[in-house]
Formats: sequence, structure tokens, C-alpha cells
Amino acid sequence: MSDTADRVKKIVVEHLGVEADKVTEDASFIDDLGADSLDIVELVMAFEEEFGVEIPDDAAEKIATVSDAIKYIDENKG
Amino acid sequence: MRRVVVTGLGLVTPLGADVETVWKNLIAGKSGAGPITKFDASDQKCRIACEVKPADHEYGFDPNKRVDHKVQRQVDPFIIYGIDAAGQALEDAGLTEMDEPTRLRAGCSIGSGIGGLPGIESESLILAEKGPGRVSPHFVHGRLINLISGQVSIKYGLMGPNHAVVTACSTGAHSIGDAARMIRDDDADIMLAGGAEGTVCPIGIAGFAQARALNCTFNDRPEQASRPYDKGRDGFVMGEGAGVVVLEEYEHAKARGAKIYAEVVGYGLSGDAYHVTAPHPDGFGAYRSMEMALKKAGMQPSDIDYINAHGTSTMADTIELGAVKRLFGDAIGSVSMSSTKSAIGHLLGGAGAVEAIFCILAIRDQIVPPTLNLDDPDEGTEGVDLVPHVAKKREVRACLNNSFGFGGTNASLVLKKV
Repeated sequence: MSDTADRVKKIVVEHLGVEADKVTEDASFIDDLGADSLDIVELVMAFEEEFGVEIPDDAAEKIATVSDAIKYIDENKG
Repeated sequence: MRRVVVTGLGLVTPLGADVETVWKNLIAGKSGAGPITKFDASDQKCRIACEVKPADHEYGFDPNKRVDHKVQRQVDPFIIYGIDAAGQALEDAGLTEMDEPTRLRAGCSIGSGIGGLPGIESESLILAEKGPGRVSPHFVHGRLINLISGQVSIKYGLMGPNHAVVTACSTGAHSIGDAARMIRDDDADIMLAGGAEGTVCPIGIAGFAQARALNCTFNDRPEQASRPYDKGRDGFVMGEGAGVVVLEEYEHAKARGAKIYAEVVGYGLSGDAYHVTAPHPDGFGAYRSMEMALKKAGMQPSDIDYINAHGTSTMADTIELGAVKRLFGDAIGSVSMSSTKSAIGHLLGGAGAVEAIFCILAIRDQIVPPTLNLDDPDEGTEGVDLVPHVAKKREVRACLNNSFGFGGTNASLVLKKV
């Protein structure tokens, strides 16, 4: 597992209060992990802080699963 | 007329996180005061508070019992305390599983004096340091005062009236009084009612200290700092926590065989129309609030055995006492009056509800809690049993509970044995 994936999963566990083994790469934040739209805003902010990336609103809207987040961060981090 | 009774109790206070522990510690004369641990208070004039203790403490509070992890991250402490106290009250009343028709007639009236001050403080710093894009999306609804009622209604599916009082230190008493009226007026059969506060944070302590309301001279002796009616009193000690009761229409409670603690028989309200922080020097507002509560109850002062005073350990203590003396006349000789703020500090918006619960427990156990630290009673206290230092076994048929808030807002409740 990549370093990005580890750090993303840690943030998701912490913010959503879910068991770590539920945070698989294809898990959907809303359908599988119980997040609502505001939780996703908060997660995106946490990813931005953790990785020093900027995730604009239109990109954030496309982040639906854990792997979407990992992929976006890996492609855009400095 | 529809009668309103109390069928469930919930407490989170500096002396414990469940009703029996708090009551046991209060009756034993323990103090919940200590040095502030929630933040570095070394640069504050006031460095003490009555904090809710952490989970690993002998009588600490474990938020994980009744509040989801995610909610805990999003909201301020007052909401966490309020959700837990409401859950305790529902469990105590045997009402955690209600059918839909019952839930349609069950509501919430849980308020706060100030609400999410710690979160307003910390998010303001984030705004200043990192900009608007780093402000939490949960900022607003994690701080709003009506969000205890909101969160509790969502958690337990309560679809009746959803209300939240904001009347500073009278909040808890107004919450119970207003909710009792909603039941009396047939808006609901069951109401969760109470108040919560959690403002032990740098700006909360600094703000009250600057208003000259907090005790700043007993930093080295925190347990002695809250000393209502004592000549050496010098301001209140900030407390935190929540008190929530289940109010229920009497026939509804009887029909399901509920345990009935007491009846809410009187509710009085008044405004001082005088000053933003100081009470009217003649205690006129306090007098009228108590007078109205007794009148609504159809009771005489001689019917009251215990008064849980507002008594914050400020100069205002003797103003309240003067008003009580005038209202009670000769009956002052047979009543006991104490300030439990001497033990748990001032819970601000939570105070009236927590103290109403103490009145209810005094009725249940026929014992009244003490006023701690009353070593040298001030002038004007003669002839009044202020229950100094130790709890007192005595007959308790009915209690009067006073709460007075900034802005000159007064509320009194009369609670009676059923």
C-alpha cells in the first residue's frame, strides 16, 4: 500500500469514526462509510492540509471513493 | 388541567456523569473545583473552574457512552454534555424505544446560555491564520444553541416541539418551565427539558473575569472559591455540564406505570428592567418571579421546605436572600435554603436544570444539600437556615428553585412531591 493510501485512510478513520478495515480503496464515502456532503467537505480540507494540495470544488465533487481521493492526491501533490 | 410530572433525570456535572454519583458526592459535601486543565490558564486572572472530569477520573465523563464519535468531532462540549444527559433521562424514564405515535407527541426544550464558545474561539483563530477555506463545514451547526434539541430529536426520533431557550443563567429553569407549559397546553405528552454549558475556554474565562463576575482571588484554594453568603465571597466559579429531565403528562405517565419523581406545579418569570449584569438592588425581579411561581402553584411560602438558591457567590447573593425573606415572612424560619453552586460552580445555562434535579432528589430522599464554605455568614443571613457545610435530613414536601440571568431575566420553579 502506498504512503498516500495509508495517510488518506488514517484521516478517513479519524474523521468518520469508522473501523479501519471498512476503509477499502473502493469504499464510497457516502454509501459505505456513512458520510454526508459536509463530511466530504471536511475530509477534502483535511487532505489539503495533510498533503499540501489544493482540491478545487469541481474536483472535490468527483471524489466519491477512497481510491478517487488517493488518485487525485498522487496526481496533484507537489 | 393537564398536570406535568418528572419521570426521568440526567446529569453531567463536575461531581459526576450520572445522577446517583453526582447526588452522592453533593450530599457528601465534595467540591468539583480545581485548577483549569482544559487549556493553559497561566496568563488568566482566574485559573480555576469546576470542570467535568475526564473519563479516567473516579467520577469522570465518558462521551463515548451516548454520543457518536463523528458527532463528538463536530460539536462543542455543551452539545456533547446535553446529548448524554438527555440520553440518561430517557433511559431513566424507560423511554428509549418509543413507537411513532408516542414520538410524534414527544419533544425537546434543551437550551444553553452561551452555546459553542470554545468552537467559535478556535475557528476564529483558524479563519485569521489560514483563511476562510479552512473553516469547518460543521462550524455553524456544531455551535448553535438549539443543536442539543436538534441532535437529541434526530437520535431518538422525537417529532414534537423542538425548542431551545437562551436566557443566560436562567436558561435551564426557563427550559423546564416552557416545556411544562407545552405539555399543559397539549402540544406534547413528553418533553426532554433542560440546559447545558461548556465555556471553560480562554475567551470564556477571560470574558467573565473582565466582567468582574468570576472569583480571581482563590486561585491557590479552588475548593474554597465558591462561597455563597460568606463575607469572603468574591465572584462565581465557572462550572460546566448539563441537566435534562423527562417531563410527562401525569395521566400518560401513570398509564404506562412510570416512576414519578415530582410534579412541576409552579413557574414564575420576570424581568428586572434595570442593568445588564447587576440585579435590581431591591431584588424586585427576583421577588416577583418567586411570587408568581408560588401563585401558579396555589401554594403559600410555608408549603416550601427547600429553596435551591441562585446564590452564585457574588454580591448578589444577599439581594436574592433579602427578596426571599420579604416573600416568606414568618415562614422563613421553617425553610432550608442552600446554594449548590458552592460545590459544582455556576453551570450558567445548565444551572437551572441541574439545580431543579437537585430539588427533585431532595424530595425523593428527604435530605437537602449543603452550602459549602459558609464559614463567616454575611450580614442579612441571620434567621435563615442556609445549610452550611453539611447536608441536612429533613422533611421536603416542595421546593422552590431560583435562576437569574444577565439581562435581568428571572425564572423560578416550584416542584412538589406527588
